[in-house]
Amino acid sequence: MTTAHDVDVAALERGLGPRRDLRGLASHQIAGPLAALIVAIVVFALSTSTFFNSENLSLIAQQSVVVGTLALGQTLIILTSGIDLANGAIMVLGSVVIGKMAVHGNPVLAALVGLVICVAVGSVNGMLVSFLKLPPFIVTLGVMSVVAASARLYTSSQSYTIGSDFLTVLNEGPTVGGVTITYGVMLWIALTAVLGYALSQTSWGVRVYAVGDNDKAAALAGIKVKRVLLSVYVVAAVIYFFAAWQALGRTPTADPSGYANGNLDSITAVVIGGTSLFGGRGGVLGTFIGALIVTVLQNGLTQAGIDSLYQQVATGVLVVIAVGVDHLVRRRQTR
Amino acid sequence: MKIVRRVPTPARIAALTIACAVAAVGCGSGGGSGGGSGGAPTLGIVELNLSNPFFNTLEKGTEAAAKAKGWKVMKAEAKTPGDSATQVTAIENMIANKVKAIVVTPANATALNGVLKKAQDKGILVLTVNAALDPTDAADATYATDNVTAGKLIGEWAKASSPSDPHVALLDFDLSDKPAADRHNGFLSGYGITAKSPVVAGSALTQGTVDTGQSQMENLLSAHPDINVVYTINEPVAHGAYTALKNKGLAAKTVLVSVDGACSGVEDVKKGIIGATAMQFPDKMGEMAVAAADQYVKDGTKPKGGIIDSGTVLITDHPVAGVDSQSSDWGLSHCWGPK
Repeated sequence: MTTAHDVDVAALERGLGPRRDLRGLASHQIAGPLAALIVAIVVFALSTSTFFNSENLSLIAQQSVVVGTLALGQTLIILTSGIDLANGAIMVLGSVVIGKMAVHGNPVLAALVGLVICVAVGSVNGMLVSFLKLPPFIVTLGVMSVVAASARLYTSSQSYTIGSDFLTVLNEGPTVGGVTITYGVMLWIALTAVLGYALSQTSWGVRVYAVGDNDKAAALAGIKVKRVLLSVYVVAAVIYFFAAWQALGRTPTADPSGYANGNLDSITAVVIGGTSLFGGRGGVLGTFIGALIVTVLQNGLTQAGIDSLYQQVATGVLVVIAVGVDHLVRRRQTR
Repeated sequence: MKIVRRVPTPARIAALTIACAVAAVGCGSGGGSGGGSGGAPTLGIVELNLSNPFFNTLEKGTEAAAKAKGWKVMKAEAKTPGDSATQVTAIENMIANKVKAIVVTPANATALNGVLKKAQDKGILVLTVNAALDPTDAADATYATDNVTAGKLIGEWAKASSPSDPHVALLDFDLSDKPAADRHNGFLSGYGITAKSPVVAGSALTQGTVDTGQSQMENLLSAHPDINVVYTINEPVAHGAYTALKNKGLAAKTVLVSVDGACSGVEDVKKGIIGATAMQFPDKMGEMAVAAADQYVKDGTKPKGGIIDSGTVLITDHPVAGVDSQSSDWGLSHCWGPK
């Protein structure tokens, strides 16, 4: 028996729905961020003698992984026209639980507990947003406070040095020509690829875009909006767990004060990467580039000896430009 | 172990606003009954964000000293640096509750002046801890670390411990923050250089955390692999910088100095991660303020006024001639924050 739901999703998948548009948009949307990234790299390569070498470029990738991974989860949520203010706090809670448990226990078990905690908090967010229909901004703002305070209470605001090879493995990796390509960077690229595939090639991805574009129309088309929303928050939480693992590898310290701006930094990467804050448009490849842009600016400006405050100025200008472009594109489409 | 002050984020500010709206009284003032006429006098304690172990220690030290002297206590805290509005409300409530003295860590150097003047006009003794007001005499006295001296101590130690061809990196916190600027300037003067000196290879701003310390050290090392002396605003930043240096195989030949004296920072001195740190004494700031308040209630004597140094001690396991210091073992028995 064919249900209305099956028919409509199948139609969407054949490109009769918004999907064909989305593919076209995706290519346009990464053009801007990619151009900005290339311009920044060229400027720093010409203005400093130390920026453009393989070792520094590999360093930039390593510096991007934590916020870059957080931003992948953030992208999913923003695509559903939501926002996640709690993602940095969830990641920090996951990392301090893993770090503290691993001091006297089994690191693999600690990591599993960390994963369960991240998913549990993500599920709470998802339930409140999907089933109770509470605004994501408010839900994640409240959850952020609870989660951040929990991390401090659990650790008495103390940080833990990580001694386990398993927990810091993402900072290791093969060295090619003196440049280490860490497993963390590989994981970040792999997550981007998997999510990119899931968003563009699976019916789940079509539903995510449809819900973000217009949840009422999606519901009329037979899409189970609540279920899609919940799945997005849970998948995002799994990604935040990977970000926590990345962070433990990068700094070998589980610090309840760390990544205090993780939520805003991830939103910045998503917006600079061309994903619309209004939902339904954009993708993880743009976010990947967005995260690199933010790191390149900090790395390059520091090397050039320019005050770090200018990095904030440049990042802020890029955010405004990105939102401006999104607004113009949206207006042209609705004409 | 944490930083002196944190950068406020829009999210935190929004969170605070909503929290205040929900629990209007909660943000204004904590527990404690009025100071009334009869019975034990009440001390008002107004702190900065207590999630920062430094301010938490400062509050606990002040409260313990006050209770030991038989005072009642009324507490309030600003949740973010710069949140003076909450502090003003708290102080108004304390005046209404007829406290005898107020001990405050001001979130801003001038924003509290008006309400504190009202308190003084009602005969309440006003004491600031950790940071002074502008003008300093807007409070009856200030008990604080002399951050210039703290910076100077680590600067002098770093100079004496430096290799013959020093290349200095400065990992700062926003220099509009007075303690951050004082430490920065103190270090430079102790080292005998200026920020523009050719000896300074590079500088960068951090947010006072391990992760930002590590990233910025990595960035500076990319441009200046010859860096061999590193000043850090606090011990979490030093810890992050050490990881960056270690990853490059440079940790052993780099002189790394910091300020704070948190127990985790002193542990890093003991492990050889940090060469030397200047210890602060938040407990002592509170104790000194309570002693002044107690004297005032007993016989009306006000403290001398101005900024009274609560002391700073250089902690290192590699003492140098001409710079007084204590060992990390001594440091571990005098440090603050979680052990």
